[in-house]
Amino acid sequence: MFKKILIANRGEIAVRIIRACRELGIASVAVYSDVDRNALHVRKADEAYAIGPAAARESYLNLEKILAVAKKSGADAVHPGYGFLSENAAFAEACDKAGVKFIGPTAAAMNIMGSKTSARRAMEAAGVPFVPGSSKGLTLDEAASVSEKVGYPVMLKAAAGGGGKGMRLVASAAELKSAYEGASSEAARAFNSGEVYIEKYIDRPRHIEVQVFGDEHGNVVYLGERECSVQRRHQKVIEEAPSPIVDAEMRSKMGATAVQVAKAAGYTNAGTVEFLVDAQKNFYFLEMNTRLQVEHPVTELVTGLDLVHLQIQVAAGKKLPFKQEDVVLRGHAIECRIYAEDPDNNFFPSPGKITRLMTPSGPGIREDSGVYEGWNVPLDYDPMLSKLIAYAPTREMAIGRMLRALDEYFVAGIKTNLALFRKILRDADFCAARIDTGYLERLLSARSKTLPSSADDLKIAAVAAAIFAMNGSGTNGAAAAKNGTQSSANENGAWKKTARQEALR
Amino acid sequence: MTYDITVTAKDGQTQTFSVELSRAKDSDKLICRVNGEEFNPGLDSQNPERDVLSVLVGSRSYEIHRDGSNGEMQIQVGGTRYTVEVRDPRSLKARRAKAGATDGPKKISAPMPGKVVRIISPAGTEVEAGQGVIVIEAMKMQNELKSPKKGIVKKIMVAEGATVNAGDALAIIE
Repeated sequence: MFKKILIANRGEIAVRIIRACRELGIASVAVYSDVDRNALHVRKADEAYAIGPAAARESYLNLEKILAVAKKSGADAVHPGYGFLSENAAFAEACDKAGVKFIGPTAAAMNIMGSKTSARRAMEAAGVPFVPGSSKGLTLDEAASVSEKVGYPVMLKAAAGGGGKGMRLVASAAELKSAYEGASSEAARAFNSGEVYIEKYIDRPRHIEVQVFGDEHGNVVYLGERECSVQRRHQKVIEEAPSPIVDAEMRSKMGATAVQVAKAAGYTNAGTVEFLVDAQKNFYFLEMNTRLQVEHPVTELVTGLDLVHLQIQVAAGKKLPFKQEDVVLRGHAIECRIYAEDPDNNFFPSPGKITRLMTPSGPGIREDSGVYEGWNVPLDYDPMLSKLIAYAPTREMAIGRMLRALDEYFVAGIKTNLALFRKILRDADFCAARIDTGYLERLLSARSKTLPSSADDLKIAAVAAAIFAMNGSGTNGAAAAKNGTQSSANENGAWKKTARQEALR
Repeated sequence: MTYDITVTAKDGQTQTFSVELSRAKDSDKLICRVNGEEFNPGLDSQNPERDVLSVLVGSRSYEIHRDGSNGEMQIQVGGTRYTVEVRDPRSLKARRAKAGATDGPKKISAPMPGKVVRIISPAGTEVEAGQGVIVIEAMKMQNELKSPKKGIVKKIMVAEGATVNAGDALAIIE
């Protein structure tokens, strides 16, 4: 087993991995940029090293600096977390050369999955289902025959492209010619290549992904699926496990396919195979994420496993301690990604100082957080603050539990998207699991934007504001103490409060 | 003490209340009149933690949180947030505000820390209410700050490329 692990990341995931190291009796090494000296992960780790300026490419993305810290600290393994260097094959290779174990797949497996075309070639060879269409550029005549074969509607896509440029939805054969010419010339202007290919258009697809895990002895298992259809601009907002539409038969089919994908790439450690699922529950391979996912806690709760512990054990050369048939799903878990952003102002990021933070607890609530009261959320990185996860025997109970936890959650000083989750979790379509990747955008553009407020609550808010004003205009309660209404509850200080919270985790 | 308090809900509903508060003799309880009507059967408010009130109206219990940062006060009742504006009618400032919100110079301040990427309306420009004045960027997103009133850009206090903190004054519109 490893003696010391360097965590090449920051925020909640760095804290999450440091906790696992502590649990396993492994020393942890944190790295931090200039703006992260006071970040939570620095003080939770056993050792911490400064790695330079706030800009990620000069700190968290700088492999030389991180490897230098690995050498200096004597770490024998590196955990990359998610984002930053986690899917960087060159980094995995450099770790290998430096004699430090990279906790994740091999560089070779990452390379196969890193490029869409090479992934598609490898997966087609392994017989993995793709969205029907062509895998290469087409002439107009070829496009017509492919469209005929897969059936309208179809999507025209730029072979060299992305970001929506050179894309056209074609509803029928009559529209094909003008759409082809439009997409092709747009692609030529944007990417210097007018090559376009065709995919069957999938109306209102779901995004469902399968967690896989491989050891270095050829064993690969799947750990159930996650439903991640609630997205905004391709960013997941809520994830849950299991998916409400996946039954045992579909799960074993998707799982077997995911394992096949992993095996075709010679995959080891934790990975996620993403699928698009259509209304008839056909599923198509989208891509493989070669890292631990943000949303891994929902899988942990329903499987009872600790994926970070497993990652470390497997990277140390141990065999998976269980077989596929030992994996049993139990209950339902939902995760909300809490961001420092303002849902009332087009989700604009809201960095700054957290002046007040009260977090929920109680049955079935887990919070993986990277922040604390008094922390100044830097503007240089992803604005995710924390992940709130509710676990209960059924989906309905998990929704009720999450709503309860959201009511206990209070953040002051910065804007957060907490109110958005209340809205989603109370929405009839979400509660009935009628969700797809376009669901959230539709909900947000729907007219009735918020719940009507009660006149009584408005009046209570006014009275409360007057009481606060009378007690003193400062934002701390010091002035209120003069009025004799202040108890000693806040005199214990943040130090004791944090200790208490930690004890509860 | 009497306060004029305007409460705005997320759905746009706005209501102004006149709240009169005084402390009852020989007890912690508050005597509270809203728009002249006394709260019945009384109001018990405690401040057990910073920015938290426990309010009992009769036996009905409310947990209330306050966010007083960033220049505006928000009150959260249960899970719902309201923006509130508190005016002490005796103060000069409140009487002035009542006279007309667009009178006098208005300042544009930074709603968040970030970098000034562009000055759209330099000093001397005539602007309409809602016209963009300065663009700031944070976390790779740009935000256009708009003029709160029709007038002339009197002064720009920052240069393009400058780093600003939340609440920093950036421009004055007169």
